[in-house]
Amino acid sequence: MSAASVHSLWTMGADSTAKIPTPHIEYAQLSPVLIVLGAACLGVLVEAFVPRKGRYYAQVFLAVVALVASFAAIVALAAGGYGSTKAHIAAMGAVAVDGPALFLQGTILLASLVSIFTFAERRLDPEAHGNRVDSFAAQAASVPGSESEQSAVKAGFTTTEVFPLALFAVGGMLVFPAANDLLTLFIALEVFSLPLYLLCAVARRKRLMSQEAAVKYFLLGAFSSAFLLFGIALLYGYAGSVSYAKIAAVVEGSVSTIDPALADTMGNDALLLIGAAMILAGLLFKVGAVPFHMWTPDVYQGAPTPVTGFMAAATKVAAFGALLRLLYVVLPGLRWDWRPVMWAVAIVTMLGGAIVAITQTDIKRLLAYSSIAHAGFILAGVIATTPDGVSAVLFYLGGYSFVTIGAFAVVTLVRDAGGEATHLSKWAGLGRRSPLVAAVFAIFLLAFAGIPLTSGFAGKFAVFKAAAEGGAGPLVVVGVLSSAVAAFFYIRVIVLMFFSEPKADGPTVAVPSPLTMTTIGVGVAVTLVLGVAPQYFLDLANQASVFVR
Amino acid sequence: MENLIALLVAAPLLGAVVLLCGGRRLDRIGHLLGTVLAAASFVIGAVLFVDMLGKGAEERTFTQHLFSWVPVEGFQADVGFQLDQLSMTFVLLISGVGTLIHIYSIGYMEHDERRRRFFGYLNLFVAAMLLLVIADNYLLLYVGWEGVGLASYLLIGFWQHKPSAATAAKKAFLVNRVGDMGLSIAIMLMFTTFGTFAFGSVLPSATDASEGKLTAIGLMLLLAACGKSAQVPLQSWLGDAMEGPTPVSALIHAATMVTAGVYLIVRSGVIFNAAPDAQTAVTVVGAVTLLFGAIVGCAKDDIKKALAGSTMSQIGYMILAAGLGPIGYVFAIMHLVTHGFFKAGLFLGAGSVMHGMNDEVDMRKYGALRKYMPITFATFGLGYLAIIGFPGLSGFFSKDKIIEAAFAKGGTEGWILGGVALLGAAITAFYMTRVMLMTFFGEKRWENDADGNQPHPHESPRSMTIPMIVLAFGSVFAGGIFGVGDRFLKWLEPVTGHAEGDSPVSAMTVTAATMVVLVIGVGIAWAVYGRRPVPAVAPRGSLLTRAARRDLLQDDFNHVVLVRGGEHLTRSLVYVDHTLVDGVVNGTAASVGGLSGRLRKLQNGYARTYAVSMFGGAAIIIAATLLMRAV
Repeated sequence: MSAASVHSLWTMGADSTAKIPTPHIEYAQLSPVLIVLGAACLGVLVEAFVPRKGRYYAQVFLAVVALVASFAAIVALAAGGYGSTKAHIAAMGAVAVDGPALFLQGTILLASLVSIFTFAERRLDPEAHGNRVDSFAAQAASVPGSESEQSAVKAGFTTTEVFPLALFAVGGMLVFPAANDLLTLFIALEVFSLPLYLLCAVARRKRLMSQEAAVKYFLLGAFSSAFLLFGIALLYGYAGSVSYAKIAAVVEGSVSTIDPALADTMGNDALLLIGAAMILAGLLFKVGAVPFHMWTPDVYQGAPTPVTGFMAAATKVAAFGALLRLLYVVLPGLRWDWRPVMWAVAIVTMLGGAIVAITQTDIKRLLAYSSIAHAGFILAGVIATTPDGVSAVLFYLGGYSFVTIGAFAVVTLVRDAGGEATHLSKWAGLGRRSPLVAAVFAIFLLAFAGIPLTSGFAGKFAVFKAAAEGGAGPLVVVGVLSSAVAAFFYIRVIVLMFFSEPKADGPTVAVPSPLTMTTIGVGVAVTLVLGVAPQYFLDLANQASVFVR
Repeated sequence: MENLIALLVAAPLLGAVVLLCGGRRLDRIGHLLGTVLAAASFVIGAVLFVDMLGKGAEERTFTQHLFSWVPVEGFQADVGFQLDQLSMTFVLLISGVGTLIHIYSIGYMEHDERRRRFFGYLNLFVAAMLLLVIADNYLLLYVGWEGVGLASYLLIGFWQHKPSAATAAKKAFLVNRVGDMGLSIAIMLMFTTFGTFAFGSVLPSATDASEGKLTAIGLMLLLAACGKSAQVPLQSWLGDAMEGPTPVSALIHAATMVTAGVYLIVRSGVIFNAAPDAQTAVTVVGAVTLLFGAIVGCAKDDIKKALAGSTMSQIGYMILAAGLGPIGYVFAIMHLVTHGFFKAGLFLGAGSVMHGMNDEVDMRKYGALRKYMPITFATFGLGYLAIIGFPGLSGFFSKDKIIEAAFAKGGTEGWILGGVALLGAAITAFYMTRVMLMTFFGEKRWENDADGNQPHPHESPRSMTIPMIVLAFGSVFAGGIFGVGDRFLKWLEPVTGHAEGDSPVSAMTVTAATMVVLVIGVGIAWAVYGRRPVPAVAPRGSLLTRAARRDLLQDDFNHVVLVRGGEHLTRSLVYVDHTLVDGVVNGTAASVGGLSGRLRKLQNGYARTYAVSMFGGAAIIIAATLLMRAV
C-alpha cells in the first residue's frame, strides 16, 4: 500500500468520525437474540448474588423462560411476515431477519430448550454426601483428584454457571446464521465458541478427559478462527467492505467505483478465491467436515454428554446456517469455483465419517463419526444451490437435531459404577433388560440410518433429491453408498442391544427425572412426526428458504 | 331376465359358503342343500335358455354388469357377465351334469363323515366353473379359472389321509400353476396391446394388433389350456388326479373343468384366426395328446386311469378341432358336450363298479360283472358305444365331424391330422373295448380286499343309478339331436363363426373309413381280451406297453428334465450366491472394515496432528479453488 493511500485512509477515517450517525437498531426484530443474551447476563448476576442453594432453580428457571420467550419472539416475527414479505436486514446491515434465519433460530432455540433439560438432570447419579448431582463438576476450577475437589463435592457445590454459559452460546448461535457481514459472523462465532470450550471442560466424571477435550477444542477452534479471520481480511481487501451485499456486488462485477484506498487490491480474484476458501475452511471446521473434523470424536467423547448433545445439534444448525448464507448470498457468483471443491469435501466427509465409524467401540465416538457423515449428507443439499436445496437442508437440520439430542440423552441413562457406560460391549443385551430404552434408542438409530417413517428418511430424501435436481447426481450416488455403509454400524448397535446375551456385570439403566424423559420423548415424537407426516414441515421449510440480500 | 345371470354363480357359491362355514350342524342336510342349490343353478340356466331360444340369433347375447371391481384410471376391471350361445351351452352342461353328480354323490359318499365338506367343495367348483364361462372379460375369467383349480386341488386331495391323494393334489396344483402363468401372461399381453380385458373390446379389435403379438397371446393361451385340459406337455397330473373320489373324476376331470382349455381357445377364436402359427401349435398339441392319451389308455389296468387316458385323448380331439379354426370350433364344442355326457356316464359307471367291488380299481380283478350289475352294465355299455362312435350314438356324430374337419384343413397338414384322428379312433375302439371286456365279460377274477372281505358285487342305490341312466340317455341321443339338421351348428355359429373346409375326401368316405377302423379296433381288442381269458397278473408286455403303463414315461421325463434340472439350477445359483455374490459382499465389507481400521489410526489423539490435518485441508481447498479458476 502506498504512502498516499495510507494517508487517504487515515484522513478519510478522521473525516468520518465527525459524521458517525446514531446506529439504527430494530430492537423488536433482534429481540430473540437480546432476550437470550440478556438472560445470560442475568444468569451471571444470579451466580453472584443468589445464595448457592437457590442458584440451580433460579438458573434453570431463567434459562427455560429465556429460551421459551425467545422462541415466542421468533414465532411472532415469523407470524408478522418477517420470514417472507417483510424480510430485511436489521442493525445497520449487520443482521438479517429472513426466512432461513428465523427457521434456523427457531430450531436452535427448541434444540437448546430440550438440551437444557438434560443439563438440569440431577437424578441419574447417586447422591453425593446427601446432595443431588448433575453431569457437571462440583467446582470446575479444582484440580481433578485434589483435596479441593473433594471438599467441593462434600460441600455440595455445583457448577450452575453452565446455564448462563449455555445461554451465551445460544445467543451466539442465534446471530451466526443471521450474520450479514463478516465481522458479525466472526463475533458470533467467538461468542458461541468460547462458552462451548468451557462447557466441554466441566464434566463431573472423567474430568481429565473432559479437560483434554476442551483444550483440544479450544486450540483447534482458535486455529480455525484464525483461518476465518484471515479470510475475512482478504475478502475485505478484495471488496473494500465486510458487508455480504457489497461483497456479492463486487463478485458479480456490478460495482464499478473503486475505493481509491484499495485500488491495488480491489477486484483481485486471487484475494477473493483465497479469502473465500479460508472462510469456508473456518466454517467447515464448525460443521465438522473432513478434513476439519478431527476434533469431533475427541471432543464429543470427552465433553459432558448433555453438552455433547447440545453441541452436536445446535452448533451444527448454526454453522450450516452461516455456511448457507455465505454461499447463497455472498458467493453465488463464484459458484463455479467453489462447487467442485465442496463436492470433494462432501464426498470425503460422507465416506470418511461412515467408514471410520464402523470400527468404533465407544458409543459417543460412534455418534461423533455419525455426525460427520451427516455433515456430509447436509453438504450435499447445500451444494444443490437451489431453493429446494435450502429448504431440504433446513428440514434436515430440524429433524437431525432432535434425533441427536435424544440419542445423547439416552446415552446418559446407561450407567455403571464409573458413570456412563459408553463402551459398546456394555450395551450388549440392553434390549432384554430395558426394552423401552433400547427401543427408543433403536428409533434414533434408525432415524440416523435414514429408514422410512423416521425424520432421517424424509430429510435424507429431501437433500438427495435437491442435490440430484441441482446437478449433483454422482454426489447422491456416493451419499446413498455411504448411507449403506452407515446403516451397518447403526444396525449393529441395534443387533447388539436386542440379539446379544446381556453381560453379568452390565450397566444399569437409570430412571431419569421428567426432565430427561421430556427430552427423549420430544426427540421420539419429532422423529416420528417428521417421518410419518413430513409435508407440513417441508412446506414450512420451503416458505422459509429465501435469503434476503 | 338378464339379471338372473348373476344367480347362476350366486346359488352354488352360497352353498359353498354355507356348507364350509356352517359347521357340523349342517352335516345332516348339507348334501341335500348342496344338491338343491346346484339344481337351482340348472333351473335358472334352463329358464335363461328358454328365454334365449325365444329370441332371434342376433339378440341372443345377454349381458349383466354387476359392479366395477378395480375402477382406476387406465385400468378398468369389472365384474360383468356375458351369456351367449357358447356360454349357455357350458352353463347347461356344467349345471346339468353337475346336478346329476351331486345326486350321485349322495349315495356314493354316504359313509364318508366329511360328506358336507365334499358337497361344499363341489358347490364351490360349480360356482367357479360357471363364473369362468359367463365372465365377460379375461380377468374375471381368470378368477373362475383359479377357482376351479382350487376346487380341483381340494377335491383330488379330499381323502388327504392317503399320501397318494395328497401328493396327487399337490402335483395337479403345481402343474396347473405353469398353465396359469400362461394365462396371466396372456392377460397382461392383452392389456398392453389393447388396454382392456373385456371380450367385447379385445376380440373385435384383435385383428388390429400385429401378428407377432397375437401369436404370443395365442401361445400363452395355449399354455394355459394345456395346463387345465391336461394336454401334452402339461398332461402329467390328470392320471394321478384319479385319486379323488369318483364323482369328482366324473365331473371335474372328465366332463367340465378339463374342457376349460377348449372353451378358452374357442372363446379367443378371433385371436387364433389371426395368428396361424399359434393355431398350428394348437393342432399339434391336440394331435399329439390324442395319440398320447389313447396309448396310455390301452395299457392301464386301473379302470379310472384307463378312463383318464381316454379323457386326455378325447380332449385332444377337441383341442385339435379348436386349432382347425372356424371349420372346427363348432365341432370342438359339440364333441365337448357329448363327451361330457358319455364320459361322465362312464366314470359314474366305474364308480358304481368300484362301489360294488370294495373299491377295487384293478380291472384284472373284475370280470363277468354284467350279471351282477345290470343297470351299470347297460349304462356303461351305452357310454362305451357312444365313445367309440357307434353309428347313431353321440360320439358318432361329434367325432366323425372332427375327423372330417381335420381332413378339411387341406394340404399335407390335413392328411396328417386326419390320419392321426382316424388312428386315434381305432385306438379308442381298442382300449374302450378292452375296458368293457375286462370289466363285464369273461371269467370272475375277483379277489378279497386287503381286509380279507370277499367282494359281493351288487347294483348301486337308486341315487347312483338314476344319474347314470340320465347320462346314458344323453350319450345315446345328444349327438343325434345336435347333429341331425346341423342344429348345433346353427345354434353356435353366430358366436364362433363357421367355415366349410375344402376336404380332399368326401364325408361319406370319412364315415366309412371311421367305421372300418372302428371294427378293426374292436376286433383286435376282442381277439386279445375276449377270446382268451384275461390273466389276473399283467404280462410283462412289449416295450411300448411298459412305457405306456408308466404314462409314456411322462413322470420320468419331468423328473429328469425339470426336477433334476431345477435342482441343478438352484444348486448352481446357490453356489454362485455363496461364492460370487457373498464373496463380493463380504469382500466389500471386509475391505471397508480394513479401511476403517487404518483410517482410525489417523485419529491419534494429538492436537498437533489434527491441526496439520486442518492446515493441509485448508491448503488443498485453497489450491483447488485457485486451480478451478485456472482451468
